[in-house]
Amino acid sequence: MSEESPTLRVDFLLDTEYQYAVGQYGTRFFTELRDHARFVGVQCLECGRVYVPPRPVCGICYRELQEWVEVGPGGTIVGWTVVRIPFIDPMTGEQRPVPYGFAIVRLDGASTSLYHFLDETDERKIRVGQRVCAVFREKREGSLRDVLHFRLLEE
Amino acid sequence: MRRVAIIGAAQTRFEARKASLAYNELVYGVVRELLDRTGISMREIESMVTASQDAYDGKTISGMAINEVVGAYLKSEAKVAADGLQALLYGVARILSGEFDLTLVVAHCKESEGQSSAITSLMFDPFVQRPLGLDELTAAALQARCYCRKRRITSEDMALVAVKAHRQALKNPYAQRAGEFTVEDVLASPLLADPIHELEAAPRSDGACALLLASEERARRLVDRPVCIAGIGNCTDAYWTERDLAEARALQEAARRAYTMAGISDPAREIDVVEISARYAHEELMAIEALGLHASPVELIARDRASFITPSGGPLCGNPPTVSGLVRAVEAYWQLSGEAGARQVEGARVALAHGAGGICGQNQTVVILRRE
Ligand SMILES: [Zn+2]
Repeated sequence: MSEESPTLRVDFLLDTEYQYAVGQYGTRFFTELRDHARFVGVQCLECGRVYVPPRPVCGICYRELQEWVEVGPGGTIVGWTVVRIPFIDPMTGEQRPVPYGFAIVRLDGASTSLYHFLDETDERKIRVGQRVCAVFREKREGSLRDVLHFRLLEE
Repeated sequence: MRRVAIIGAAQTRFEARKASLAYNELVYGVVRELLDRTGISMREIESMVTASQDAYDGKTISGMAINEVVGAYLKSEAKVAADGLQALLYGVARILSGEFDLTLVVAHCKESEGQSSAITSLMFDPFVQRPLGLDELTAAALQARCYCRKRRITSEDMALVAVKAHRQALKNPYAQRAGEFTVEDVLASPLLADPIHELEAAPRSDGACALLLASEERARRLVDRPVCIAGIGNCTDAYWTERDLAEARALQEAARRAYTMAGISDPAREIDVVEISARYAHEELMAIEALGLHASPVELIARDRASFITPSGGPLCGNPPTVSGLVRAVEAYWQLSGEAGARQVEGARVALAHGAGGICGQNQTVVILRRE
């Protein structure tokens, strides 16, 4: 068969809707964000780790997690990047303006990290270990978008 | 050769929509119950095989999202994106390899979160089938017509399967749909795709189940008379348009392999209880025949002598895809361990669990369990 012979193509749009149940742990996490602009996690009473976002069980000890604790809003940058190539925002279907800062943040009091945006796009001004603080939106709906971004704190 | 035993099982109640549980919480609940029932701690469990589908979970690598709740943190886990009974097969193989002992097998699915028809239509090729909107139900209806014509099965015969299933499910506290229906009730339920009525098709369902496997030596330290896996067979047929849909040849072959391994020559006489994965009523009839349990399945059911066949009610009473095969093994195990409650078949020693996946049951698995 010759690669030069013209062949057809079928275009198919996979467009299907999901209704994800957020669950018991996620609902409490997002409700706290929405109603009180604060982060909560769950602490393992065996190893002491604090999981954010909260989850049913400590992966290490396999102990059920029921001890709720407040964490943040301050935190520390664990990893970061500045995204310069545009992509389609899955929540809006629109192209997100670039550049924007993106970071893995360890909230104060947590043993695990959250991903979020940074208010800085100058690579020379961001570093691992830097202190940040969450900036919450005025109008909150119970999603991670209730956090506008993390603001770099002055050293 | 080393043998593998089942040492515990758990399942959730099956419901149309478990709105309050995220799927990791659903899975955690069933694994927690399994540990509580067996008294085994997660620390002792060496490997995990999970069954789930990316398309139903709405995320890729669906097995990794439940890593913590199945206790797979820094352990060996493998996911099967197929019917859950295949996950059991791989779990058995892991133990037979000698590499692992205690192995957890878990299946979950929340059909309520996605759009079933859109998801099952992804099984079909995008050129000549999917553009027509083919989905699992349409394919099953086409197969039902082929099978009914070949075996001269009437609408009333097929409805009897649904009557039996829902009656048996009255004794199953995990069932989603149960009731004392008549043939007339079944035929009066909405026609989904001729000849399949609503009560002849598995309802949309959410749920999970889990099993704990161990080497026979390990099992003997925990129970006096362990339930061992005596035989397993798996077989795949041609893609659905290349085969005679009125015949379940892959199931016949899967059964032949399982029977040979288990030393079963007369299944109808030697097997005490059977759990069939029929998502549509005609599939139960096809399976009874293909498994060599009765040459005339309609006669068996009509004479009310089929209470040993799918005493749980089966998927017609609510088990989602992926979970439906593994939960057959849970039920079969409980029949042999004497934990089947009101649906217990007295004195059962040999049980068969059947699982199927793909379009019109392209992939078939048969497992034989035996208690000493
Ligand atoms: Zn812990």
